[in-house]
Amino acid sequence: MPEKKLDLLQGTLDLMVLQTLAAMGSLHGYGIARRIEEASGDAVLLNQGTIYASLVRLQQRGWISAEWGTSDNNRKAKFYAITKRGRKKLTEDAAYWERLSGVMGRVLAMQGDGGNR
Amino acid sequence: MMGVLDALRRAIERLRSFFRKAPMDRDLDAEMAAHLVLAVEENLRRGLSPEEASRQALVRFGGVAQSQERHREARGLPALDLLLQDLRYTFRTLRRDRGFASVAVLILALGIGANIAVFSVVNTILLRPLPFRDPRQLVWMASDRGVGGLSAVTYTVAAYEEFLRHNRSFQNVTSYDPYFGDTDYKLTGRGEPQQVAGVAVAGDFLPTLGVQPALGRLFTPEECRKGGRPAVLLGHFFWQRQFSADPAIVGQAILLNDSPVTVVGVLPASFDFGSVFAPGLKTDIFVPGIMDVLRNEGNSLALLGRLKPGVTVAQAQAEVDVLMPQIRAAHKDWYDDYATAITELQDHVSGKLRRSLVVLWCAVGLILLIVCVNLSNLLLARAAARSKEFALRSALGAGRMRIARQLLTESLALASVGAMLGLGIAFAITWYLARQGSIALPLLSTVQVDGAALGWTLLIALAAAILFSLAPSLKVSGGNLQDALKDAGHGMSAGRKHESMRAMLVVSEVALACVLLVGAGLLLRSFLRVLDVDLGFQPSKAAAIKIDYNDGGNRERRGAILQEILRRVSAIPGIQAAGIVDMLPLDRNRSGGLQAKGRIYRKGEDPGAAFEYVVTPGYLRAMGMQIREGRDFSWQDTPASQPVVIVNQAAARSHWPGQDPLGRIALVNGMDTRVVGVISDVRESSVEEGSGLEMYLPGTQADPEGAELVVRSALPPEALASGVLRTLRAYNPEQPAAEFRPIQSIVDHAVSPRRFFVILVGIFAGLGLLLASLGIYGVISYSVTRQAQEIGIRMALGASTERVQLGVIARTMRLALAGLAAGTITSVIAARWIAALLFKTEPTDPAAFAATVLLLCAVAVIAGYIPARRAARIDPMVALRGD
Repeated sequence: MPEKKLDLLQGTLDLMVLQTLAAMGSLHGYGIARRIEEASGDAVLLNQGTIYASLVRLQQRGWISAEWGTSDNNRKAKFYAITKRGRKKLTEDAAYWERLSGVMGRVLAMQGDGGNR
Repeated sequence: MMGVLDALRRAIERLRSFFRKAPMDRDLDAEMAAHLVLAVEENLRRGLSPEEASRQALVRFGGVAQSQERHREARGLPALDLLLQDLRYTFRTLRRDRGFASVAVLILALGIGANIAVFSVVNTILLRPLPFRDPRQLVWMASDRGVGGLSAVTYTVAAYEEFLRHNRSFQNVTSYDPYFGDTDYKLTGRGEPQQVAGVAVAGDFLPTLGVQPALGRLFTPEECRKGGRPAVLLGHFFWQRQFSADPAIVGQAILLNDSPVTVVGVLPASFDFGSVFAPGLKTDIFVPGIMDVLRNEGNSLALLGRLKPGVTVAQAQAEVDVLMPQIRAAHKDWYDDYATAITELQDHVSGKLRRSLVVLWCAVGLILLIVCVNLSNLLLARAAARSKEFALRSALGAGRMRIARQLLTESLALASVGAMLGLGIAFAITWYLARQGSIALPLLSTVQVDGAALGWTLLIALAAAILFSLAPSLKVSGGNLQDALKDAGHGMSAGRKHESMRAMLVVSEVALACVLLVGAGLLLRSFLRVLDVDLGFQPSKAAAIKIDYNDGGNRERRGAILQEILRRVSAIPGIQAAGIVDMLPLDRNRSGGLQAKGRIYRKGEDPGAAFEYVVTPGYLRAMGMQIREGRDFSWQDTPASQPVVIVNQAAARSHWPGQDPLGRIALVNGMDTRVVGVISDVRESSVEEGSGLEMYLPGTQADPEGAELVVRSALPPEALASGVLRTLRAYNPEQPAAEFRPIQSIVDHAVSPRRFFVILVGIFAGLGLLLASLGIYGVISYSVTRQAQEIGIRMALGASTERVQLGVIARTMRLALAGLAAGTITSVIAARWIAALLFKTEPTDPAAFAATVLLLCAVAVIAGYIPARRAARIDPMVALRGD
């Protein structure tokens, strides 16, 4: 039986989207969803449709910008790009995640004698 | 800082999205379509079949509708969306059910409107601080502990000045002359001569209250001294009416009592002297109270103090209790000990009304409660009829909370519309009340729906909505889905449980209406008893007009003038009797000294001063007062003849107990005077309290304080007015155009507060009765509809129409009687609580209770009879065939 896919924590999808746009430049919604799936090695449970709620949220905060354009294969699509403020936010949040995952790692690695002295 | 800006930006964006729903949805749809096209293309490139390619694209995408929903939630205002959705649904359902909606809104509007109006009155009179600076520091000082007529509770200038000098509790003590009649002024030189109502106030009266002039200035100390430049301040309304609000009047001279007086200022509209200090009386002008003039006039000042910060009323009272006897001991010649009672000015103004107003407030609160019960009932009936709709919604996935929320939204919508209409009603009522100058309630002229009243509206509308949606919500959310879907409606006596809830509501409604009716009944009976009081004079067919003459202070001349006026007036056709008095009963009063000559009064035996009236021959007859013994005055009682006096029975009993006072010598203001007559007691200061001691002196032997011509005639006062005025003008061209007052209007004015409360409580009781009958009708009518089939079967089995009718009416009566039982018990308790407001009526007055029971039973029978008739007309065939 395959391992169960990971549920996304609140707010993590936003961070993934920001990182994807920072790394890959301008992308449309489908492209972002695919890149995240690929990067996670298909380990993340992502209904691609949920990406749009995240995109509008980030757009409203001014962290990404959006513009209708034409894709490589001549399809009309809405393209998103990270803004300067978005990059700043990404730096902050990424640092926060690094710290949190580091702490979580240390806590979870804690060994003891089970209270027996 | 950054965070705040971000949050603000996000809020603005959300709000923008909320209003740009359609374009944003279109944009998203296009974007999602592009997404799927791109996904399908990639799948095709991976070599999937076209069907599989599009199937997988859709699976990976997840639910399109859910994504849309999430998008909307993320970008917009989901809570508001939900509310709007509920509201749209509410208005749709209410529009479908117009009858229900309009009845509900109307009932709510009446209930809420009455509540706002009463709140505005209570707030103005009782809750809101008086419209003066730091009103809590202001206190009222009443001599003789506040018991007795005006002469008893007022002070001499000397006492006032001594107290002012020695006290330590007050920032200041100020005064005004409450004998308004003394200061009635005649305005000439501007159209017809006119009587204007004026009051003399101490120079520091207005500054002590904190009243600033709207125009010009207040009095200068120089203007308040004897011989100072004459000055007058205009009241705002008088200024508007008489001088068309012309600001140029300040600095000009007007003719008052034939001498020029400079208008130094105009007072602001917010200052209404009459509404605070003399409810129901208007005050046009203010003149300086000149202490050196008032000094020789006995008790002539009403005192008003401003306490020092931090000094309580009790502390001030303690000081006065010590100080007054000390001052008195230093002035052996004073005839009064000025034992003073100090009360907060607010208490002095509205304290006596507190109980009445609280009762009124409770009554109107009961109305709102009845309205809520009634609406609860209507909504329950609706909820029953809509049970299928709710079951359907719930089957489609709406949670119970969601449905309860929908019901609350409906209730709130109804309450809001009701509250808005109610505000309109309240505006109309308060507008009307503020213009009822004849109601002797303080501050009534300033009643309006203000900010506090709006807040109150919001509060009660919200509370009402929650209250009346409670029962239906519980019912719906507690209901069983399957039962509801199965219980398709017009079955047998289904839903009994549900009907028992409605029956309980109706019972409580009847009980509440019962309490209101009993209260109104008791107050009405008290009011009728008050109207029945023997006043000692006959107000009907008598009228009075203020007259003006110039006797130069000469009693001889006065006698001749008065006799001539009366001779001319009596000659007018239709006049049966005429006489002149200085002060009318129930209007104004003053007192003077009265003792039996030669009698040694033991401690506590001397009743003190008596009310003093200076009259002409014929006055007693014109007023319809009854001479018990002796004679009326005659024109033979002259300044030269022996001084004479007529006393009332109370004075006779008090000073000559067990003796016939006729022919005896009395000491009137220190002068030997023969008692020539005894009259029946006259209610001189209040209709509801007993009469005090009274004495009547002839105008040729004592000096009057003003003059009122009283005429008795079968003709209405309007018909007489012009003739009398013409006659007076012919004799004295200076006679001002004064009002011709029916004596009945003076009595009406005296009982106006009681009338005001009776009418309001009566209206509320009527409203309660109407609502209760609607409630009974609703429940019975509904149960007949539901049981149509059952009734049809019974009739098919041979039940007579009478039996069916009786059955329905019996059910109605059971509800009504249960309500009456509960209501009567509550009423007994409530009645004891309002006992203090009753006049010669027991709180257990059998008539009030019996009338209530009969009235409610009658209404219940009528409310039950209409559905009963319908039940009896049910055609068994139709009923049995029906679904």
